[in-house]
Amino acid sequence: MSKVKRILSRNAVPILFAIVCLLGVFYANRPFQFLLMEIVKRMARNSFLVLSLIIPVVAGMGLNFGIVLGALAGQIALILSTHWEWAGIGGLALTALLATPLAVLFGTLAGLVLNKAKGREMITSMVMGFFANGVYQFIFLFLVGTLIPFDNPALRISTSPGLRNTVDLTRVRGVLDNIWTVQYGFTKIPIVTFLVIALLAVAIWAFFKTKLGQDFRAVGQDRHIASVAGIQTDRNRVLAIVFSTVLAAWGQIIFLQNIGTLNTYNSHEQVGTFAIAALLIGGASVTRATIGQALMGTFLFHVLFVVSPSAGQTIFGSAQVGEYFRVFVAYGIIAISLALHAWRGKSLGKASMEEDVSA
Amino acid sequence: MSVPVLEMKKISKSFYGTQVLKDIDLRVNAGEIHCLVGENGAGKSTLMNILFGMSVITDTGGYEGDLLVNGDHVAFDSPKAAIGAGIGMVHQEFMLLPGFTVTENIKLNRESTKPNLFSRVLGKKLETLDRKQMAADAKAALDKLGMNIEEWVTVAGLPVGYLQFVEIAREIDKQNLQLLVLDEPTAVLTESEAEQFLDVVRRLAKSGISILFITHRLDEVMAVADAITILKDGELVQSGPTQEFTIAQIAELMVGRKVDTSARLGAEQAREGKKKVLEIRDLRVDMPGERLRGIDLDVYEGEILGIGGLAGHGKIALANGIMGLYPSRGQVRYEGTEVPLNNPRKALDLGLAFVSEDRRGVGLVLEDSIANNIVLTSMQTQDKFLKPGPLKLKDQKQITAHALESIKRFDIRCTGPDQIVRRLSGGNQQKVCLARAFTQNPRLFFVSEPTRGIDVGAKSRVLELIVELNRMGVTVVITSSELAELRSISDRIAIIYEGRLSGILPPDAPDVEYGLLMAGKSLEEVEIGERPSK
Repeated sequence: MSKVKRILSRNAVPILFAIVCLLGVFYANRPFQFLLMEIVKRMARNSFLVLSLIIPVVAGMGLNFGIVLGALAGQIALILSTHWEWAGIGGLALTALLATPLAVLFGTLAGLVLNKAKGREMITSMVMGFFANGVYQFIFLFLVGTLIPFDNPALRISTSPGLRNTVDLTRVRGVLDNIWTVQYGFTKIPIVTFLVIALLAVAIWAFFKTKLGQDFRAVGQDRHIASVAGIQTDRNRVLAIVFSTVLAAWGQIIFLQNIGTLNTYNSHEQVGTFAIAALLIGGASVTRATIGQALMGTFLFHVLFVVSPSAGQTIFGSAQVGEYFRVFVAYGIIAISLALHAWRGKSLGKASMEEDVSA
Repeated sequence: MSVPVLEMKKISKSFYGTQVLKDIDLRVNAGEIHCLVGENGAGKSTLMNILFGMSVITDTGGYEGDLLVNGDHVAFDSPKAAIGAGIGMVHQEFMLLPGFTVTENIKLNRESTKPNLFSRVLGKKLETLDRKQMAADAKAALDKLGMNIEEWVTVAGLPVGYLQFVEIAREIDKQNLQLLVLDEPTAVLTESEAEQFLDVVRRLAKSGISILFITHRLDEVMAVADAITILKDGELVQSGPTQEFTIAQIAELMVGRKVDTSARLGAEQAREGKKKVLEIRDLRVDMPGERLRGIDLDVYEGEILGIGGLAGHGKIALANGIMGLYPSRGQVRYEGTEVPLNNPRKALDLGLAFVSEDRRGVGLVLEDSIANNIVLTSMQTQDKFLKPGPLKLKDQKQITAHALESIKRFDIRCTGPDQIVRRLSGGNQQKVCLARAFTQNPRLFFVSEPTRGIDVGAKSRVLELIVELNRMGVTVVITSSELAELRSISDRIAIIYEGRLSGILPPDAPDVEYGLLMAGKSLEEVEIGERPSK
C-alpha cells in the first residue's frame, strides 16, 4: 500500500468534506470577501467550544455532548452579569470567573454520573444535556419572577414570570473581539480572540505533556490496566469532564459576546451537536482527537454552513431548501462521520495486514 | 543459611467456610527460581492474592499464618504495600496499554517528571514528563533483560512474544524489586518464545532477584527451577530442590494419578485403500504473523493428522484458512466437493467443525452460558435445538438436556449449564469448545492448540476426547505447538516451515528428523540420513 493511499484513507473524512465545501463554494458563487468575513467571524466564535471537546475524548469518554452543561453555566453567569450591569472586558472576565465554579459543579456532577455509565458516556451525556436544559428552563422560565424575586426590565417582562426570550448583551458585546482588530478588505480580524484560542490550544498541548495528562491518556486507553498501575481512574474521568465543562462555559461566553444577544432558551441547545459535528469533520473520532483536527473541522464545518443556503438556492432554486439543507448537513455530518470512521477502522485493519504480507 | 526473601508459614484461608488453603509453607531464597505448580484450583492464585494483600482476601476475613519478607513479619493490606516491600508481579493477561510506547508502558504511573511554571503553583500532578529520563530508564531495564526492543515503538506494533518482556522490564524498573512473581507467563508464548523467556528469567535470578514462577509446563519447571513446590487441592504436596523430582513425578504429584502420555502411540494405520477426504492444493492464507504460502496436503479418512512447526511459520493458518476465518486463495476439496474459501458458513454447512486456538476471542461467546455456547453452531447452521415452526424459537428444554449430558460426558467443572463461560477455567472452557464441535456431529474436525494454557489434568482429558471422537469415525486435523502432544495422538504429522509443507513424518520418527524438518530441510535430505529402514 502506497504512502499516499494511506494518508488519503487516514484523512478520508476531512478530505470528503473539503470536496463538499469546494462544491458548495462553487455553486454558492458568493464573493470571496464575503466568505472570508463570515469564516473569520465564525472561527473566532466557535473554535474555543470545539477545543473543549478534546480532553474527554483522550480520556476515553468519547464525544462530550454534555458541554451543553458548560454552556448553561456560561449563560447563567451572563444573565447575572447583565443583571448586575458588569461591562467591558473587565466585566466579561468577571463573568467568566463567575461561570467557573458553576461549571466545576456541573462538571463534577456530570462526571460522577458518567462514572456510573461507563462505556455509554456519549448517550448519557447527551441525555444529561436535555435534562439540564429542562432544569434550566424550569428555573428561568418559571421560578424567576415567582419564587425568586427578580425585577429587571432589561431581563424580564413585568406581565409574566420568567426571563425574556432574548437578552441584549450590550455591555459585553464584542468587548473581546474589539480590543484589537486588523482590517483586511471587509473583514475585521479579532486578534485577541484568536490569541485566546491559540493560548487554549497551547495549554491543551502542554497539558498532555504533564503527568496528569499522561494519566488521562492511560485511563483513556484502558481503565483496568490504568487502575492496576495505581492511577485513580474514576477521579481522572471526573476531572476530564470538569475541564471540558469549564472550557465550554468560557467558550459559550466568547461565543455570546461575539453574537451580542442571548437567546435565553435556545442559545445552548445545539452547542453540543454543532461542536461535535465540527470536531468529527476535522477527522477526529470517538477515541482520537487532536487540536489540528478541531481547528480544521471548525473551519470546514463553517464554510459548509456559510455556503449551503446560497448553494441550495442555485441547485434547488430555493433558499428555503438551503436552510433545510444546513440543518440536514449538521446532523447528517455526525452520522456520516461516525459511519466513515467505522469504515476507516476496517480498512486500516486491512492495511496493517497487507503490510505484514509485504514484510 | 541466609534469611529467605520470602517465607510463608502455615498459611490457611477459607472462603465462607470452605477451606481453600491449608497449612501452606513456602520458602524462596535470594536469587532463587522457585516454581509453584498445581492444577487449576489447587490454590496457587489464592496464595498469590494473600502475598499481594488483594482485596478478595482482606474483604473475606483475611488469612491465618505468617508472612515474612527478609525475616520480618509483614501483612500487606493492599497491593501497593506489597509492591512497596519490593514484590513485583507479572500478570497472566497483559497489563500493557496498546497505544502507549514501550517506554510509556514501562514507566506507567511512575513517570519521571520535572517541575514547570504551573506545577509550582498547582501541584506535582502538572509537572512535565521527563521523556529523556523515562526513555533512559526503559532502555536500562530492557538491557538488563538482554532484550533488543526499541523503547520508542508503540506496544500495539510489537509481536505478542515481546509483550511479556515489556511487562518484566516494568517490574525490574522498580528500584527495590527483590521478588518477582510470574503467573503462567509462558501460557501465551510459543515454544521458541518461551525458551527465550526462560533465559531472561535465569539472567534475572543471577542478578539477585528471586523468582516465584507459576507454570503449567513441566519441562519448563525442570529446565529453570532451583526449587519446586507442588500444591494440590489447597494442600502442600511436596517441596524441595529440583534434583529431587522428575517430570513424571511432578505430574503425578500434581494430579494424583499417572498421566498417560501415549494414548495412541504406534497406531500408524495403513493409508492404502483409504480415501482422501480432504485435498488441499496451493492453499495460501493471509493470517498476520502466521502466513501460509501455498501448501499441498491430503487428509485420509479416519486418520488423525497432526500439523506441527515453529511459531510464525503458518501451521495455525491452515485450519483458519479452510474454515474461512482469514482471507485465503487456492483449492480445497472435501469429499470431492469444492470448499468455497473465505466463507465460514459454507465450511460449517459441509460438516467441518473447528475448535480455534483463540479460545476466548473466536472460540466462545464469553458472556453467554455454557448451554448456549455448546448448541450455538448447531443451532445456527443445522437448525437443531429449535422448536418446530417458522419462528425458529429456541427449544430450551432440549438445550438444557443436551448441555447437562455434555457437561457430564466432557467432565466440565461448573455450577451448571447456566454458568457464564468467562468464569470457567481455561481447561473447562476448552471442553465447552469441544462439546460444541461434537454437537455438530462433524465428519472432519479441525482443532488448534487444544491444550494451550490449560493444566495437566485437563490436558490429558482433552486429548483423550479428541481420540475418542476419532474412534467414532471422525477425521481429525490437530494443530499444536507441542510436538510431544502431536506425537502422542497423531497417525501422521505434517511439519510446516515458512508457510510451506516441509515434510510428513510418522509419530515414532526419531527426534532428529523432526528437528530437521522444522529447520526447513526437505524430507529427501532427511531420508538421506541414517533413518532406520523398516
